[in-house]
Amino acid sequence: MYRYIISRILLVFPTLIGAAALVFLLMRLVPGDICLVRLGSGGTSFTQQALATCHAEIGIDRPWILQFFDFIWGMARLDFGKSMWSGKPVIMEIATRFPISLEVAIMATIIAVVIAIPLGTISALKQNTWIDLVVRTFSIAGLATPAFWLGIVSILIVLDVTQAVFGHPWMPPIDYVPLWQDPIRNLSIVMLPALTIGYRYAAVSMRMTRSAMLEVLREDYIRTARAKGLVRRLIINRHALKNALLPVVTVIGIEFAFLLGGLVVTEQVFNLNGIGRLMVLSVQNQDYTLTQALVMVVVTIAVLSNLVVDLFYAWLDPRIRLA
Amino acid sequence: MRTGFRLGAVVVSVLLAIAVPASASEMPKRGGTLTYMIPADAPPSFDGHQEGTFAMLHATAPFYSTLIRVNPENPSSPTDFVCDLCTEVPQPAGEGDTYIFKLRQGVKFHDGTPLTAADVAASWNKIISPPEGVLSPRSNWFMMVDKVEAPDPSTVVFRLKFATSAFLPALADPFAFIYKKETLDRDPQWYKKNILGSGPFKFVAYETGQSITGVRNPDYYHPGLPYLDGFTGIFADKQATRLDAIRSDRAAAEFRGLPPSARDELTGALGDRIVAQESDWNCGSMVIINHKRKPFDDVRVRRALTLAIDRWQGAPALSKIANIRTVGGIVFPGSPLAATKEELQQIAGFWPDIEKSRAEARRLLKEAGAEGLSFELLNRNVDQPYKYVGTWLVDQWSKVGLNVTQRVVPTGPLLEAQRSGNFAVNSGANCHGVVNPLLDIQFFLPASVGIANYGQYEDEKEVALYNRMLRETDPSKQRALMREFEKYVVDTEAHQLWVAWWYRIIPHRSYLKGWKISPSHFINQDLATVWLDK
Amino acid sequence: MTIEVAPTTATTVPVLLDEQGRTVRGLWGVTITFLRRQPVGAIGMVLVLIFGLAGIFAAWIAPYNPTSNDFAAMTEAPSWAHWLGTDQLGRDLLSRILFGARTAFIVGMTSALVGGFSGLVIGVASAYFGGQLDLWLQRVLDIVMAFPLIIMALAVVSIFGTGVQNVIVAITIPLIPRCARIVRSSALAIREVPYVDAARALGYGHTRIIMHHMVPNVMGPFLVIITAFVGQAILAEAALSYLGLGVQEPVPAWGLMLQGGAEEYASTAPWIAIFPGLAIMLTVFGINLFGDALRDVLDPKMRDR
Repeated sequence: MYRYIISRILLVFPTLIGAAALVFLLMRLVPGDICLVRLGSGGTSFTQQALATCHAEIGIDRPWILQFFDFIWGMARLDFGKSMWSGKPVIMEIATRFPISLEVAIMATIIAVVIAIPLGTISALKQNTWIDLVVRTFSIAGLATPAFWLGIVSILIVLDVTQAVFGHPWMPPIDYVPLWQDPIRNLSIVMLPALTIGYRYAAVSMRMTRSAMLEVLREDYIRTARAKGLVRRLIINRHALKNALLPVVTVIGIEFAFLLGGLVVTEQVFNLNGIGRLMVLSVQNQDYTLTQALVMVVVTIAVLSNLVVDLFYAWLDPRIRLA
Repeated sequence: MRTGFRLGAVVVSVLLAIAVPASASEMPKRGGTLTYMIPADAPPSFDGHQEGTFAMLHATAPFYSTLIRVNPENPSSPTDFVCDLCTEVPQPAGEGDTYIFKLRQGVKFHDGTPLTAADVAASWNKIISPPEGVLSPRSNWFMMVDKVEAPDPSTVVFRLKFATSAFLPALADPFAFIYKKETLDRDPQWYKKNILGSGPFKFVAYETGQSITGVRNPDYYHPGLPYLDGFTGIFADKQATRLDAIRSDRAAAEFRGLPPSARDELTGALGDRIVAQESDWNCGSMVIINHKRKPFDDVRVRRALTLAIDRWQGAPALSKIANIRTVGGIVFPGSPLAATKEELQQIAGFWPDIEKSRAEARRLLKEAGAEGLSFELLNRNVDQPYKYVGTWLVDQWSKVGLNVTQRVVPTGPLLEAQRSGNFAVNSGANCHGVVNPLLDIQFFLPASVGIANYGQYEDEKEVALYNRMLRETDPSKQRALMREFEKYVVDTEAHQLWVAWWYRIIPHRSYLKGWKISPSHFINQDLATVWLDK
Repeated sequence: MTIEVAPTTATTVPVLLDEQGRTVRGLWGVTITFLRRQPVGAIGMVLVLIFGLAGIFAAWIAPYNPTSNDFAAMTEAPSWAHWLGTDQLGRDLLSRILFGARTAFIVGMTSALVGGFSGLVIGVASAYFGGQLDLWLQRVLDIVMAFPLIIMALAVVSIFGTGVQNVIVAITIPLIPRCARIVRSSALAIREVPYVDAARALGYGHTRIIMHHMVPNVMGPFLVIITAFVGQAILAEAALSYLGLGVQEPVPAWGLMLQGGAEEYASTAPWIAIFPGLAIMLTVFGINLFGDALRDVLDPKMRDR
């Protein structure tokens, strides 16, 4: 068991280095570079000398092995370097955009939980009735709808409805203010994106809640409680829900980590200045340092959470524990 | 009595008609904050000398002054230049190769220090001959400049290597911000991350990737200006966002240009709360042909490509969905050097009879053994107007039996493919600021002259012709040389194809006044004359 | 965009029993029993079939050529001439959606099958051989699974060029580790079962044991995963095309139709944005319904409901 834990933890490091090598290589294999984008994307012409100066300034004309070493060594010291596009520290670029993404993610989670757990429970209790059917259709539709399409359509609907009703089209404010500064404005910015992502999130959670509840309801101890004559609501709240919640919470936790993927398109649609959009921008600009840093952040979170899950299951599973 | 009364009424009404001003100019109101959209993501730096994107300009032009500029009251004229920091635009002295500028007195930078000729000279020297490690993408525009000097604190002298009419328009470059000499001496890269100018607005704040704000400069040297209390520029790359912002009055305008559909949607939804200003744009769609790729080294194949395109019909059709409109030669339509319609119709690709043109194209292809040729058109992954033009070109070429597919790639890989010659035919665009035909056509020149030209060809005759034209001081002779040059590059040799000129449409809220559209989204963005009628 | 697979507990060889408890045989029999048991799944199958057949027969059914521009008929509202309207280049929307179904299913099914089978091989091998191979393989899969899809897609599109096959490559890569993980956890349960050890003791080769014992037992979750993957791949293609990294012009693809022009014309010509989105939604909806029903049938825990 301890051998497993130690070797499993030690393996995190080569995994991270492998991921770093992968992103380093992939970005540099893409033709073109940031200097070309910076000088040439306006459609104006530029001199060859300007290009050479830019390369030297940023340092992408050095041999790849040197650049890679800089990257790894920087990561080890938690120094992610400067963004090649703006020259500002990568940490700063990420930090300024982190709050809005986090806020959307948290609000989406709240919406998802608020919708999913009650609806999933009702759906399980009233299995195979028309309520169950409606809820299941609702949740499967949530999994089937492209998030960005939902975003486009919802903006459109809000604009048209407000125009029809108030005669003046309304759109959420574009410039972000933090929640404590102006709660109303802030909430009106994040509400639509949170709903768009939250719908899908709710769909996944709803299905998990339903199936977990169904499993628990079949358990013997529930039947015993019912035979004992306990009130139905008590059964649900005290016994069923509590036990059903464990896998549901696990799924919600895992899904939260994957929210970044959903954020990438949603922030594009709603033009939010968040991490997802930063990733799209850094990839389009071919900003190596920023992209590398972002990918490493995402991969590290994923690798660490996998580690935790693996260790947890290893602890649970006697076959591994005693191996 | 009745006749007298009637006569009197007529006289009175005539007098009234004369007395009431005929023009619609009202008294500008002071105050208010202008919010506008900047159609891009955050610019890489704030240094105008080193950057070339309009995103940077729209964000920072209000903070800075330039030496001369396009007249903000008449920005669509390609010859009307007025002073910003100088007192009057000089006539060339000496043999036409010396320009002596007298500067305004009492101009101050936003930190209170005075702006003198030394600052102007230092800024210009940075642009023309940048120090080690400093970019200057437009330095080749000033290859005619020999020296820039500041003999005393209020005089700047430009000495040219030869007289040319291309100098003054180049000098009006909107990117030529005037910086402090002291700061440049200490750190030439300081202005990349910092803003300190002498313009109508003072820098307040920059939210990374989001917005930039400025407030009125109370010590601005143009009296009475600016009218606005301040401004906020919001970065939004997505067109839908900008459109919705203008529609719901979160912003008043966007200063690059929106497609016709956007204008129609806004005017349809908002009626007279929207005003749309339109103008020809100093940008055009063109086709670059890789001369190293067979069979495009054969001039007959290249000429066939241009003959197949029906510009006269296509441009009006495209103008409904894209920012394309005017069919013209290589010189900006409306410039004195531009070709007239009759002159244009002599050039291949602009013949009035398209059937005849296409028949000739087919004949040339057959002669060159390139009938039914298949190739890839490399294009940028942007809708307006690149993809529309690309799709249309593919359609046009199919009419002479050519089998073309479009290959659309993101910006970085596209530029790299161009540079490494990894393409056959590339549909692109060429954009310029101030209308300066002699410099704007430099992209036709072969790469050996120093410009980024990806057609991979050499042509000494072309270069010689261009140099003669650049140095010609007699306007009518220069015009004749331009006609010769034009015919040579797009017809006789068909080195690159010129497709059509873009069309700039700026729909903005009707309370936004004092901003006049110009042929370039790079010029006239310091917002000093803008006021809000609300 | 995220690629998710719903968790499942199916661990046995899929066997369908009819009312009398006999095993149902034959494709026809299986289909009929399935349809009767899971009417909702039947609806899903019908939806999938509609779009699938539309894609296959697009060339015959479509009224117009999906790539020919008609500058005289741009952004026209739905009418008798164009049932779903035209887009900003005058191309008929109905034809583009029909041909788009073809692209969607090609991308979806190829990605799902290739990704699924690769994941199956890797997952089973990893579970069977265990030890160091398992440990290192899982780490490689960790990296690939955590890697953002957009970067992978940009790299593939930029290096190898555009084209449907490259989009398929980009979408298949993230699917492999997800499949491998789930297959592996099912296969791990089998590995400890006594008859595997007995088979080894009897001297049976690795391949035989894997093919005869492990693979049939992970078939249940595997089939469910493949169905889920088709829907996920279609959604991923849509998202990538929206970001400009997927299929490129002028190939008709639903995701591509939602990019650029659709948002630009969203207010004046909403049909350009609505119909392709509806097509995606209905197709993936059908696939999900079908997949759910399949899981209900194959998962023994759910069987007696």
